[in-house]
Amino acid sequence: MITKTTPEVGGMGHPIKRKEDARFIQGKGNYVDDVHLPGMVYGHMVRSPYAHARLKSINTEKAKKLPGVLAIITGEDLAKANLAWMPTLFFDKQMVLATGKVLFQSQEVAFVVAEDQYTAADAAELVEVEYEELPVLVDPYKATDPDAPILREDREEKSNHIFHWEVGDRAATEKDFQNAPVKATVHAISQRCHPAPLETCGCVADYNKATEKLTIYLTSQAPHAHRTLFSIVGGIPEQNIRVVSPDIGGGFGNKVPIYPGYVCAVVASLTLGVPVKWIETRSENLQSTGFARDYHMTAEIAADQNGKVKALRVKTLADHGAFNAAAQPTKFPAGLFSVCTGSYDFANSFCEVDGVYTNKAPGGIAYRCSFRITEAAYLIERAIDVLAAQLKMDPAEFRRKNFIQPDQFPYKTPLGWTYDSGNYEGAMNKALEMVGYKELRKEQGEKRKKGELMGIGISSFTEAVGAGPAHTFDIAGIKMFDSAEIRVHPTGKAICRMGTKSQGQGHETTYAQIVAQELGIPASDVIIEEGDTDTAPYGLGTYASRSTPTSGAATAMAARKIRDKAKKIAAHLLECSEEDLEWETGKFFVKGAPSKSKTIQEIAFAAYTNIPEGLEAGLEAVNYYDPPNLTFPFGTYICVTDIDKGTGEIKVRRFVAVDDCGNVINPMIVEGQIHGGLTEGLAIAFMQLIDYDENGNVQGGTFMDYLIPTAVETPHWETGSTCTPSPHHPFGAKGVGESPNVGSPAAFVNSVVDALSHLGVKHIDMPITPWKVWNILKEKGVVN
Amino acid sequence: MAKKQTVHVKLNGREREANVEPRTLLVHFIRDHLGLTGTHVGCDTSNCGACTVVLDGKNIKSCTMFAVQADGGELLTVEGLIQGGQWHPLQDGFKQEHGLQCGFCTPGMLMSSYALLQRNPEPTEEEIRWGISGNLCRCTGYQNIVKAVQFAVGKAAAGAAK
Repeated sequence: MITKTTPEVGGMGHPIKRKEDARFIQGKGNYVDDVHLPGMVYGHMVRSPYAHARLKSINTEKAKKLPGVLAIITGEDLAKANLAWMPTLFFDKQMVLATGKVLFQSQEVAFVVAEDQYTAADAAELVEVEYEELPVLVDPYKATDPDAPILREDREEKSNHIFHWEVGDRAATEKDFQNAPVKATVHAISQRCHPAPLETCGCVADYNKATEKLTIYLTSQAPHAHRTLFSIVGGIPEQNIRVVSPDIGGGFGNKVPIYPGYVCAVVASLTLGVPVKWIETRSENLQSTGFARDYHMTAEIAADQNGKVKALRVKTLADHGAFNAAAQPTKFPAGLFSVCTGSYDFANSFCEVDGVYTNKAPGGIAYRCSFRITEAAYLIERAIDVLAAQLKMDPAEFRRKNFIQPDQFPYKTPLGWTYDSGNYEGAMNKALEMVGYKELRKEQGEKRKKGELMGIGISSFTEAVGAGPAHTFDIAGIKMFDSAEIRVHPTGKAICRMGTKSQGQGHETTYAQIVAQELGIPASDVIIEEGDTDTAPYGLGTYASRSTPTSGAATAMAARKIRDKAKKIAAHLLECSEEDLEWETGKFFVKGAPSKSKTIQEIAFAAYTNIPEGLEAGLEAVNYYDPPNLTFPFGTYICVTDIDKGTGEIKVRRFVAVDDCGNVINPMIVEGQIHGGLTEGLAIAFMQLIDYDENGNVQGGTFMDYLIPTAVETPHWETGSTCTPSPHHPFGAKGVGESPNVGSPAAFVNSVVDALSHLGVKHIDMPITPWKVWNILKEKGVVN
Repeated sequence: MAKKQTVHVKLNGREREANVEPRTLLVHFIRDHLGLTGTHVGCDTSNCGACTVVLDGKNIKSCTMFAVQADGGELLTVEGLIQGGQWHPLQDGFKQEHGLQCGFCTPGMLMSSYALLQRNPEPTEEEIRWGISGNLCRCTGYQNIVKAVQFAVGKAAAGAAK
């Protein structure tokens, strides 16, 4: 149990208003494009119009003659500094600027630097590039055909196959399938999409030739890791690099990798000795940086006649585009995809994934989820529904029959994960009650008789967040701990710095609440700083819902160190022994004599003015927290849809989301995260798709084609919660920001499929557009 | 480069001018030439609305207009919402109702909401949703933005009743 502090202290559980809001609502945020340095110049990228082509020549003469143009960098120039290629975060490399050939449309070919952004764009138009088109590979299923063009001539292995990865007990799973009376199969695509934070990626690289110091203002979700990578790859001593992540306009995984534009800006600044700004346009963002998903998955479930599941078999083809730029720090090529057994008690499971190259933008980043969790959760929640429908069982009752039970935790899954805690049925029951499930099923039956289309979709997902324990995760060998440093000032106020970086999650508020909870210093007296590698302790950044599980934990642990020291000072001030003291939020008092007490503020002052002999002055602490395990939030989402028979339009009538993320720091912020994640899930289910035509031309490359829901399409979200604390986290929290994005796509899709199930529809791939639905209705003879 | 032109506007109540290329977009004029960076750029196709400002009483997307087209006009940006040190009720609403997360869409949302309330001081929820439908938000799911606008409506009504 968490002791509730007063609202004035504002510890855990208080819905206190955000500290960061004041600057944003007055237009005083400081995003990377707002950084303006004296003498700053601008970069603009020249990009390939072709998906696969030999680079015959690059002529920069005309561009160079344009007044205001300062430099043009090509791949050949970078090659001289051994920088034409850079390593990705998952054992591959990618071109910074193309040499030899281009491998996807919009690939970076040259970098133009000019005195202003308009001139830079003009000059980019004047760069003449001669291409010789090559056969294009778009379909991942054709990547390993004998006649497929080999894309990556740089690799020793002359194949488009990147990896085969498998996990689980193949033989035992096979046996279960051979003996199972009931089997269900679903082939589901988690389609290529893009996180598309409202702020695109960008940087200002500022190399000072006099001090030899390179400062990079960067849209970075992981500033320290990026500093180290810039140092290793660029050969710049790490102490001479300072990465500053200013305010970030949303990340969702898009701002985890290092992109060619950043490297080019750094090279340009090193060369010119002036600050170089590079901000990608939205089209560049969608077409070249950090796509997500593109998993082509098959799940099979073996079960008995009563609907008890036995085994799960998963086979997946992963399209990584031109380079395996999956920004993921697990030791497994498919990340955490093997949590695909979800919330269900399978005896056996086997999962295999093959990755391939195609002529598409590189990536495979984790879009608002841990690495490949959304794909996994979507697949199992779809497969469970397919099996329930096949057995003509209610999907809620079917789930109830197969859930992992509360007394089974910690629960070891057949694919090797250990879930920390859960009560899946509890969350589902609450969601069923909130939505009025029985009445809705009755209504659906009546509507069907009248020929009206209504669906109810359930998703009872399990998330895996908080990357992560050192035995499973690292980035370039660096363990995935995270950090917090707390300094208490003489007047009892504090400043804290963390290795994470908020992109809208509200860290300036929630971390302050953790300090308030642990030390009793009011949250309003605590300043949180992140994102400056010169001041913050080393950390691995914010993604995978890891901030609360790692830096949040580190904050509590650092605060507890401070409390330990405070106790010594209090004993000195109260002239008693430490054993005689008891802690109550914000003060130590003498056992049995509560009037004899010292507040944390009094103790802080004494730490600088009246320190006991033998103790160091000051009151500060730092902690690096390596989590013993991931945390496993969960929940049940229920979506109710009505479908217009004439147009195929899907209306989300109700959406109930019950989340369990353990103990909550700020319920207002948690609810906000859930609203946002559900809206992204809605977008994935119904709208978002980065598609390519047969020539490799990107079809979702602007906001005209890549659809983002507006306030009009977005339904009213209904939220609820249960609380099952994490047993291993210092204050029982789990992380929440990604659950709604992980759990909701299946609820939307299950709802639409449910609405059409009586017509024989078993599955529809995302995004489920009105056009798709209308075609199904036409095929089924529902509309003419 | 075409001959530069002087563009003169009244920006948040102050007379401002700068010499710019005729092709300069209004958003770049505001951000780069007049130095107010609260107005953002989030796309290149006029979809996202992060660049929304109010020109002569109407909300417009400043990435889709040349600065020279605004010459002689009266501009209100997010920086001009605060009056006499007092936040505008919409600004209070966004904070109180948790109507923002990363903050990048917020200035545009505020300006579209501002223009909506000028046109329609007591909008229904549906009217609010349509009123901000030219502005994309990737963080909030809009629900708390709607509540933020409703908060401002309520505050204005309470103010009028005094």
